[in-house]
Amino acid sequence: MSNINQWEAVIGLEIHVQLSTNSKLFSGASTNFGASPNTQACNVDLAMPGVLPVLNEEVLKMAIKLGIALNANINSPTIFARKNYFYPDSPKGYQISQMDKPIVEDGFLDIELEDGSVKRIGVTRAHLEEDAGKSLHEDFEGQSGIDLNRAGTPLIEIVSEPEISTPEEAVAYLKSIHSIIRYLDISDGNMAEGSMRCDANVSVRKVGETELGTRTETKNVNSFRFVEKAIHYEISRQINEIESGNTITQETRLYDSQKNTTRPMRSKEFANDYRYFPEPDLLPVILEEDFINSVKKIMPELPNEKKIRFTEFYKLSKYDSSLLAADKDLADFFEEVVQESNSPKISANWIMGEFLAEINKENLDINKSKVSSKQLGVLIRRIEDSTISGKIAKEVFEKMWESSKDADEIISNQGLKQVTDVSEIEKMVKKVIKNNPDQLKKYHSGKDRLFGFFVGQVMKESQGKANPAQVNQILKDKLKKEPIL
Amino acid sequence: MELNEFTLKEQLDGLRDSSFSSTELTQDYLKRIKAKDPSINSYITVTEELALKQAKKADDRYNKGQALALDGIPIAHKDIFCTEDVLTTCGSKMLSNFKAPYSSTVVSKLFDEGVVMLGKTNMDEFAMGSSNETSFFGEVKNPWNLDYVPGGSSGGSAACVSARLASAATATDTGGSIRQPAALCGLTGIKPTYGRVSRYGMIAFASSLDQGGVLTRTAEDAAILLASMSGHDPKDSTSLNIEVPNYTEEIGNNISGLKIGLPKEFFNQEIPDHVRKSTEEAIEVYKDLGAEIEEISFPNIDLSLPVYYVLAPAECSANLSRYDGVRYGYRCEEPKNLEDLYMRTRDEGFGPEVKRRILIGTYALSAGYYDAYYLKAQKCRRLIANDFTEAFKSVDVILSPTTPGTSFKAGEKINDPIDMYLQDIFTIPANLAGLPAISFPCGNHNGLPLGLQLVGNSLEEGKLLSAAHHFQTVTNWHKELPEF
Repeated sequence: MSNINQWEAVIGLEIHVQLSTNSKLFSGASTNFGASPNTQACNVDLAMPGVLPVLNEEVLKMAIKLGIALNANINSPTIFARKNYFYPDSPKGYQISQMDKPIVEDGFLDIELEDGSVKRIGVTRAHLEEDAGKSLHEDFEGQSGIDLNRAGTPLIEIVSEPEISTPEEAVAYLKSIHSIIRYLDISDGNMAEGSMRCDANVSVRKVGETELGTRTETKNVNSFRFVEKAIHYEISRQINEIESGNTITQETRLYDSQKNTTRPMRSKEFANDYRYFPEPDLLPVILEEDFINSVKKIMPELPNEKKIRFTEFYKLSKYDSSLLAADKDLADFFEEVVQESNSPKISANWIMGEFLAEINKENLDINKSKVSSKQLGVLIRRIEDSTISGKIAKEVFEKMWESSKDADEIISNQGLKQVTDVSEIEKMVKKVIKNNPDQLKKYHSGKDRLFGFFVGQVMKESQGKANPAQVNQILKDKLKKEPIL
Repeated sequence: MELNEFTLKEQLDGLRDSSFSSTELTQDYLKRIKAKDPSINSYITVTEELALKQAKKADDRYNKGQALALDGIPIAHKDIFCTEDVLTTCGSKMLSNFKAPYSSTVVSKLFDEGVVMLGKTNMDEFAMGSSNETSFFGEVKNPWNLDYVPGGSSGGSAACVSARLASAATATDTGGSIRQPAALCGLTGIKPTYGRVSRYGMIAFASSLDQGGVLTRTAEDAAILLASMSGHDPKDSTSLNIEVPNYTEEIGNNISGLKIGLPKEFFNQEIPDHVRKSTEEAIEVYKDLGAEIEEISFPNIDLSLPVYYVLAPAECSANLSRYDGVRYGYRCEEPKNLEDLYMRTRDEGFGPEVKRRILIGTYALSAGYYDAYYLKAQKCRRLIANDFTEAFKSVDVILSPTTPGTSFKAGEKINDPIDMYLQDIFTIPANLAGLPAISFPCGNHNGLPLGLQLVGNSLEEGKLLSAAHHFQTVTNWHKELPEF
């Protein structure tokens, strides 16, 4: 009988992050996504005879920022190397990458697990390399099309130590990396467009064993959910294989998200010998101490630091802080809202409630929101200053979302302003009492529950605009005092 | 005297004082190429129309008094330099149909100075060879004796200048490919410091060793042409961002007191008597010019050839991977699948010497061999460079023969690669150390020229040109032209 508890998984992730430079790693061609095939490939990208790579220095700053965020060493000199292999979308027949002396080495990342505990995952290295082009197999009968627009796009590959133990940890680590690169503004981290791609190295062994099992590498899993599912699948597949008396083949596998399985892509036994050697067309890059320090100075606040600040400064719960700080755009949005509303807690609730619901429903970027942070802030202020009730606010928010109009405009145009005038509320209360003599009788005969009925009737009478606290107060008063008619 | 008999400097003077026009000069060369080149095969492409157009423009500028530094001088480019819209073959079947979509920095710089391009010269395939017998476009003959080779890989450039089919020619040098043909054809050839001349658009053989330079009739001509080719290029990351001195002024510098080092290990090699004799005579000339001679030692010089034949093939194995039949160049007929496309394209498109070096290089970089070959070679390369650093603490230039002998007969060494590789025994060390080196004529044996090599310290091209120039003011070897 298989006992899953006898097994443990050893997981390491290789994350490719596309750096958001304007031009390619070694050429001046644009890196825009979605241009027609081969319109963004210059002589260098096409590997014309005689061309030479020139390093886009923008990437150095980006890589150093990442290195600092990952508590890692920055190597100087850092060295580029040629990784040799033949493939039609690799126009030079080699990829310029890094082998010895990658720009970032020996770092770590603290990830928060579901139970609130923190685990430290080692980061072996992060190295710069150029992306390949794309082979297009559709639309060409008996042939393949090659699009070299992506060839030469800068990537940084972040390699973790095999210190991840569960699929959930893997996702937490991946999300944490995603959050950091977004904070550093070095990549859009868009997994669907391939700006962030993840390969998972997975092996299993019996609990207590010290030797590592044979690992497989599952390639290009393009969402957080799929990473979790693919690793889950791979772990149980490997356990089943071993328990059925089979051995694990060291191989590269592909995740099939539709079937939720992995299948072998190519066996590493026949893997390429990449024959790495230092790229003679590029000199070793010296990163002066001053340069690194200048990058340190422009480091933004990182997710963990922001989370702590949110709890301490805004007095938010750890959960709220953590959720808001995970996404830089969301955190920024929150702080902008608070600036206008002056109410951190209500703002946080609104953002994580109504606001994110709309954003997610329409699958929008936060900075493309139909209600701006300032507009939302004003709306929340109108709740706080009793212009409208929380309930009306939800109505107003919906209208704001539809029309992009300001809260004040909607409140005033639609006459939604809360009624706080005592005499006006009294008038409505009197009317309601007068129109409901039976209920009044019952109330007076001891049916206290009917108080709620009167509140409801008054609110209805005011079309929801009466200040509920005042309505309560006045009703209590009037129901007592009014003589039975 | 025919116009083609003048040196580049004399032609420039003639153009400036209107003794003749660039069109006349260019036509003179074009006529001579038509008549004479078929017997030596020094050109792969002759760009007659372009040349005449450029000559006309140069003449217009002279007439307007707006002449450029090299205006109207007809030269040839080694077919390793990309020239926009002009066939650029690198001597290979692989690029036999390749019209470059852009011009190399060297070509652009010279165009910008008004140079007229006569055509593209023949060369060993991908610059791999020392005899110009590996070219897909046929072997090149030595104008001094048509049975003999002109040297390589810049054999076409050397032969055409020697035969007066161009005023001068560009060339490249990875292990001696400028200096050895210069010696074998009786020319002056300089390989500058690595990084002095941009490699952008110069088709790569071994990136860390390749360097562009010139083949000319005199040191003075070399100084003029090199000055216009050199300088920093942001498109080449290994290009040096250091100002280029005025070489034409520097050649006049006094060489009295110049300290010349003679590496005893070079002279311990088996050198034929005539080579030893002409070298010794050259040393006497320098003594008369006031130079001081000192024996120096290069303990690691024996490592040069093996180190070179690991590193150059290793780099070439990667540099030549781009020739896969996918984007440009030769593609095999009706490939069955991707692997077939790669295998047959490369099998049919490359010649045997290129394949040999790709195989050596691939082997040297392979898992399990990398440390023993590539890494060890890199370490030895540093030792050789250190030998030079030591030497230049006490001397200004290092003197040796350029080659172990005069030219050899076609077919004599082509089937013995090791013997062929020995041609570069004196020239390779300068490439490994990235140092400038010059070869110029210092003798003649049985009607074939001999060359003398000087290696200088980093960026001291001026010192080399001046030493060669002074030698040429008191000797006549460089004035001897083949009867052709």
